[in-house]
Amino acid sequence: MPAASLLLAGVEEHDLATVDGYRAGGGYAAIETARAMTPDELTELLNDANLRGRGGAGFPLGRKASLIDRKSPKPKYLVVNADESEPGAFKDRAVMARVPHRLIEGCLIVAHAIESRQVYIYIRGEYLAEYEILVRAVDDARREGLFGGVEIVVHRGAGAYICGEETALLDSLEGKRGQPRPRPPFPPIQGLYGAPTQINNVGTIATVPKIIELGVEEFKQIGVDASPGTAVFSLSGNVSRPGNYELELGTPLRELIYEWGGGVADGRELKGVIPGGSSVPILTPDQLDTPLDYNSIQAAGSFFGSAAVIVVDDRCCMVQLALRASKFYMHESCGKCTPCREGTRWLVQLLTKIEEGRAELADLDLLLDVCDRILGKSLCALGDFAVYPVSSYLNKYFDEFAAHVEQRGCPFGGDSSIEGIVAPIDQHALQPTAVVPS
Amino acid sequence: MTQLERAVAHAAEAYPDRQSAVLEALRLAQKEHGGWLPREALVEVADALDVTPAYTRAIASFYDMFHLEPIGRHLVEVCTNLSCALVGARRVVEAFEGALGVAPGETTEDGSVTFRTVECLGGCGYATVVAVDHRYRHFVKPDDVEAIVAELDGRGADAGG
Repeated sequence: MPAASLLLAGVEEHDLATVDGYRAGGGYAAIETARAMTPDELTELLNDANLRGRGGAGFPLGRKASLIDRKSPKPKYLVVNADESEPGAFKDRAVMARVPHRLIEGCLIVAHAIESRQVYIYIRGEYLAEYEILVRAVDDARREGLFGGVEIVVHRGAGAYICGEETALLDSLEGKRGQPRPRPPFPPIQGLYGAPTQINNVGTIATVPKIIELGVEEFKQIGVDASPGTAVFSLSGNVSRPGNYELELGTPLRELIYEWGGGVADGRELKGVIPGGSSVPILTPDQLDTPLDYNSIQAAGSFFGSAAVIVVDDRCCMVQLALRASKFYMHESCGKCTPCREGTRWLVQLLTKIEEGRAELADLDLLLDVCDRILGKSLCALGDFAVYPVSSYLNKYFDEFAAHVEQRGCPFGGDSSIEGIVAPIDQHALQPTAVVPS
Repeated sequence: MTQLERAVAHAAEAYPDRQSAVLEALRLAQKEHGGWLPREALVEVADALDVTPAYTRAIASFYDMFHLEPIGRHLVEVCTNLSCALVGARRVVEAFEGALGVAPGETTEDGSVTFRTVECLGGCGYATVVAVDHRYRHFVKPDDVEAIVAELDGRGADAGG
């Protein structure tokens, strides 16, 4: 399939970070079209477009918009999730840096649909350069009189993966520790400051102007029937040409890695591909023909996630990879619910034991048992995210895990590509609350 | 009104509840206090937002970008999450250890640089990513490390932010 451009359309021809450049490429026309429609008509149009959320959960934007209680006497809020922190993902960053006005126009359109006057864009604290670009773009657009009574505030986070979880993001935005809320109530009913709130990822919102521009029918010609449109795929790891590639949904995984990405780097063998960021189950080389869309990836046993594709070659020890991923989730677990807080510590300790050659085969069962005690039992998806890498690597590379036990140590003998990698938790004085019996 | 109180009041205007400005307030205070948050900074922010110092400490301890211990005049952060690890972040970490003479998580003896590894910075396609005083460097190789460290020696403090 050829490259398809919606989100990043026009970046080669114009400087889309300026109002004039964005307008020269046809920008800020869609908001006029949208404002000529009633909120009901606009919501219906967005519903028809069937644009699924690009942040991870894949919930359709139009359906979210139609759940907003617009009759509520409370203010309605639109919150953009720009807390991109999923390991492997760097696509929202590109959208904010290169086409900030498309994001802003998308905000104004969705705000009109849900009758919101207040938009917050929650950007992760580490994205300082992107924050500066976005703030300048918001100020420029306001000065140009494009806001039509809506206010957009860019809110900086301060370093916490969990704030990408939508209810944790809301708590963080309210000035609290970013910890997920129990649901119900769901944000469209009771979100930010207890008011009806629509939350969408950067990529989702920034696609909206193009839907209006092209019209729903033409938009639905792009991608696959069940999930129209494009996604910016963040390609990284052991691949020759890593980077962001905007492609139609349904593009085969093989095409992304081999045609766009130039294949596995250094002439190595492909060992596995993580298709949606570190929190989704890994796919094996025999699954390279999987089309990159929500349903197809799910049928292959994984998730679309945040379209972050990580290529792993044969130099990497899968126990070490699972351990590194687990250390991340342990570091980022907010501590609010027990299965995730304690479970992520168990995963790290068990994987350490396996990697160091101190484990018995029964410990592999114990590892899966711990996974079972986290999966579906946590307050938010972070617990599940901690499980998927561990359980999928163990199931798909079982022999390698077993070899660690049988050989009383890592079969890579110190030559794994990620041997000795220092995770942030390795710098802390650990106070584990659960200790695996040795 | 102190300068911090004025800045916090200004930041709070963007929200119906001023408590929403707590991250911005802590960020401002951290900058004023040389890149970290001593007790008096937590008290100042608490006063400006009308919350308790226990509350501001709870917030500051939750988010990675706040420091509750003194840090160096510069902050060097190397990403060691999956994508950076797969293409050799360990060798970049080792090069910094050699050039700075400290282990990850430590500050140089002269107080000039705090060095640490961090979780994914969102530059996975441009690995290894190193943030130097919060500005990203992409495709960093072990050979680049000496120049980065030399550059820091000639620059003013900028670890806050």
